[in-house]
Amino acid sequence: MAVTDETPRSRVRDRDDSPVLRLSEAAAQEFVPSDGRMIMNMGPQHPSTHGVLRLMLELEGETVLRSKPVIGYLHTGMEKTGETLSYIQGATNVTRMDYASPLFNELAFSLATEALLGIEVPPRAVWIRMLLTELNRMTSHLLFQATNGMDLGAVSMMIYGWREREPGLQLLERITGLRMNHNFIRPGGVAADLPDGWEDDVAAYLDAVEPRLDEYDVLLTGQPIYRERLQGVGAISAEDCLALGVTGPILRSTGYAWDLRRDMPYLAYPELDFDVIVGSYGDCFDRYAIRLNEIRESIHIIRQIIEAMPSGDYRIQDKKVTPPPRARIDESMEALIHHFKIFTEGFKVPAGEVYVAVESPRGELGCYIVSDGTSKPYRMHIRGPSFVNLQTLPHMMENALVADAVAIISSVDPIMGEVDR
Amino acid sequence: MTDDSSPDEAPEGPDAPPPDAVGGSAEGGEDQPTRHGVPVVESPGQTVLHPDRESYIGVVEALRDEGFTVCVDVCGVDYLHHPGRADLPAGVIGERFEVVVGLICHDPPQRVRLRVQVPAEDPTIASLFDIHPGTEALERETYDMFGIVFDAHPDMTRILMPEDWEGHPLRKDFSVGAVPVQFKGAPPPR
Repeated sequence: MAVTDETPRSRVRDRDDSPVLRLSEAAAQEFVPSDGRMIMNMGPQHPSTHGVLRLMLELEGETVLRSKPVIGYLHTGMEKTGETLSYIQGATNVTRMDYASPLFNELAFSLATEALLGIEVPPRAVWIRMLLTELNRMTSHLLFQATNGMDLGAVSMMIYGWREREPGLQLLERITGLRMNHNFIRPGGVAADLPDGWEDDVAAYLDAVEPRLDEYDVLLTGQPIYRERLQGVGAISAEDCLALGVTGPILRSTGYAWDLRRDMPYLAYPELDFDVIVGSYGDCFDRYAIRLNEIRESIHIIRQIIEAMPSGDYRIQDKKVTPPPRARIDESMEALIHHFKIFTEGFKVPAGEVYVAVESPRGELGCYIVSDGTSKPYRMHIRGPSFVNLQTLPHMMENALVADAVAIISSVDPIMGEVDR
Repeated sequence: MTDDSSPDEAPEGPDAPPPDAVGGSAEGGEDQPTRHGVPVVESPGQTVLHPDRESYIGVVEALRDEGFTVCVDVCGVDYLHHPGRADLPAGVIGERFEVVVGLICHDPPQRVRLRVQVPAEDPTIASLFDIHPGTEALERETYDMFGIVFDAHPDMTRILMPEDWEGHPLRKDFSVGAVPVQFKGAPPPR
């Protein structure tokens, strides 16, 4: 399919003539196929639905007329659970949400808690957070390259993607102690200081990944079959993206440069030099290319972080928030009491409500917390980017083929843990 | 705004509607800044508007014309067991439910938040679908989790829970699910 300059027509606002199949499960069972039209369910647990996503597709032959993403199979009750856990336990809870980029979940939760507490973490903690989240962005986008390749039949890319991600996870394990679900970024700072020699390890990883990205270019970017499968497929306009509230690489693929790291800065991003990667056609190929180039940009960012990492405390020295170091417990009754109180009761957070958002690999990840002055959130709501981004599927899939639907789901890069919080 | 003060010290008694409606507007009402005709407060450095259900759509439209063209978030809050709400501006009577809407303006980059009170007796509110179609899934989730009905929404059905599920899980009077354990009698969490 040739790429043209014409922007996709905007169907988002048409209420009656919408590509969204608004049909309940009960009604779908009574649907009588006619005129070659049928309703087909794809997933849950279809290999290309990226987890437990189910798609109801209204097909005419092999063409998708209307579709509807059906979610909820993984519902974890994370928000309800969050109301029963203290702020100290909260990071352990939210990190399980987006399992491909868990550190962003912890970051959003911690920043929201800190905003309510009115505290500011030391510079070293800020920079460690940036280092970890950018590393996490790399591993997340490498996972996307792997699954995108797998969905399109480029199995070697799947193997390469996992191969490059693995040392990244090992590096995160060396720093945080766990490969995934780290619980490392916590309200008040980070759990531990960086290990000795981290600069060399991180630099070695960056040096190893960078030439591999060029190999992907040779393998995929210029490859005719790959381009045929992606170019012009699943195109969406910037106008539609904004109407749907879509953020992240999907919005940027339309040429709309919007990145919270640059436009609503958090942490110390204003001190770094980086570019916001944008596409121009809003199709699957642009979304692939954006994520590939964002890995390069993250490498560029991490190199600057290695140079500029400040020294000092890695967590705030506030006895009410930070538990005393293990060594102090042996010699001080006061420290023991503080340690006990923080880990049993947790610390109290002033009443109020706050919304804090960070730029996760999938878009704006927001955390809304209502505090009633106790040590547990009264209400914790997570604005998951995948949840909102999934709404683009019917619009992208209209008049596409079933095979294109696979490429389109892949290019949205949804993580179902975040969709079904 | 004094966030850390206990509810007793707050000038406007928040959780009981009668004293708030009478006493709150006497002096607080005139100092209270407004935007598009609704009270606006700063909540940890963030702008929060408090429209009522009647002015809600008008305020969102006015904000859209002002540049807040993207709706990023809609969620509900159930204040059933909240010990006392000191963060409501004068003249706003706290109800059991609240719909919180996050809007974003790209140029210049800024956010506002809307908090709309929704009474428990009549948990309905207008849908933002015609202004921001992206709220479709978010409003369905709010309906599913809290039972707040969005008028004129094109598909007001459950989204996370099965279609035949009873109750709305994120309401405070919907208990946390638990696996039966051998040794019972421990107090439930919260």
